[in-house]
Amino acid sequence: MTLTETEVTRTIDARGMACPGPLLALIGAIRQGQTGDTIAVLSSDAGSKSDIPAWCAKAKHEIVEVVELSGHARFVVRKTH
Amino acid sequence: MTVVVARVLDCKGLSCPLPIVKTAQALRTLAAGDLIEVLATDPGSVKDFEAWSKVTGNELVAASQADGVFRFVLKKKG
Amino acid sequence: MPARVVILGGGVGGTLAANLLRKELGGEANVTVVDSTGMHIYQPGFLYVALDQANALWLARDERTLLRKGVELVVEQATRIDPSRQTVELAHGGTLPYDYLVLATGSRLDRGAVAGYGDTHDFYSFEGALRLREELRRFKGGRILVGVAGIPYKCPPAPVEFVLMLEEYLRKRGIREKSSVTLLSPLGRAFTIESASKLVQPIFDRQGVGLSTFFNVESVDTAKHTVSSLEGETAEYDLLVLVPPHRGAAVIEASGLGDAGGWVPTDRDTLQHKSFERILAIGDATDLPISKSGSTAHFEAPVVASRIASFVRGTAPKTAYGGRVMCFLATGGGRATSLRFDYTHPPVPPKPSRLWHWAKWIFNRAYWVTIPQGRVG
Repeated sequence: MTLTETEVTRTIDARGMACPGPLLALIGAIRQGQTGDTIAVLSSDAGSKSDIPAWCAKAKHEIVEVVELSGHARFVVRKTH
Repeated sequence: MTVVVARVLDCKGLSCPLPIVKTAQALRTLAAGDLIEVLATDPGSVKDFEAWSKVTGNELVAASQADGVFRFVLKKKG
Repeated sequence: MPARVVILGGGVGGTLAANLLRKELGGEANVTVVDSTGMHIYQPGFLYVALDQANALWLARDERTLLRKGVELVVEQATRIDPSRQTVELAHGGTLPYDYLVLATGSRLDRGAVAGYGDTHDFYSFEGALRLREELRRFKGGRILVGVAGIPYKCPPAPVEFVLMLEEYLRKRGIREKSSVTLLSPLGRAFTIESASKLVQPIFDRQGVGLSTFFNVESVDTAKHTVSSLEGETAEYDLLVLVPPHRGAAVIEASGLGDAGGWVPTDRDTLQHKSFERILAIGDATDLPISKSGSTAHFEAPVVASRIASFVRGTAPKTAYGGRVMCFLATGGGRATSLRFDYTHPPVPPKPSRLWHWAKWIFNRAYWVTIPQGRVG
């Protein structure tokens, strides 16, 4: 099941934005958000496929889904604490 | 007794270190011995101007306060 | 009747937009810049002041001297924006009506958002840089940690530049042997851009600068001298330097025009407020997940100016912001690299060299007479 735009708390379109990059944008949104929020980040950066899961594992937030789209990927992360 | 100053600088509302920066920059345009009057509202400016005056040798001729506004008169050294 | 363009903020974005609008529209518009201090600060200089490499007086100039004749400057705090009435209220009671409004209000530091922040040092403010300078002058050796306490923050290269230049500073002071320098990075590497991070990692290794990864500072204990991360780790320090949390300007928040962080919801191409077509945003003030840097504001300002000029003349706007950014990254030892990218071209940073160090040096020296006036594209 793929979460649609309306089902996430917030979407960040970081496509083509090399700095500070999709992972930092995600961390900022997690810091700012409430427990239970789902944050979607759109990234055209190939590195996000390893960066985002690595941080989520260390910070203990849940990767809800990763969807490959045209020229970018959509990562949905839930703030668990 | 009225003191004749070469320049009056309004630094009200500016926080440290802007009152000092503006004063230092303004002093560059004045002649040795000229007086400059600075008005500031930042409470830290009292200590800032005392310290800066000592370090730079630009004498702090007068320092007073009224209604939340600090008034400093400095004399350009030389 | 001339169109009324009001620009909030006299930083690099606001100043450049004002000058370009005046140049383009002349008498067709009344351009007014509202700035709370009337002083334009060259923020890239904070780093140099903190490390005793530049004079503080170099960092600030009267905004009036940077604005073209014909641009009005109002030195006041803007307190509230009313998009339905198209007015800006000022602290001392005046009201400015606008036809088009540019939000170039930058970011402000929010140290209070970090539990236990106390008197922790930073080089992200003028007085922070001066205070850190004094602390470093007194420093006799110990463990120095440099970290990031909130996202977003401006100038992602700065913490990397700071630790590499600090390491050099300690050597020059003769206290390098007694000290350690560690960067607490919020990411899994030293720097945001992977290709640039690969260039600086060998420099970290060679110079003995430590790196702790995935360390997003959450709290500080100034009594115990520890700093803790939201990833659950704690580190001890003798001297702590943090990038404080950033938030949008008070006037944006007070007017309900920003998101939870006070950042303006902005269209990535048109730079218009997503809800109000007569309001545009430049620089740090936007919610775009691009770099908060002077460079971003510098490249956005001409787009905003030309789009507003089109609106004033009733023609179709032809320009869009393509995400262009150009930053330097100093790597210590008289070398630097350059980071150039846009939405469709990722950065390909060159190996750090003296060439880019000198390019940055020239940029720093030439800033006051070139950038705000729009003399360099």
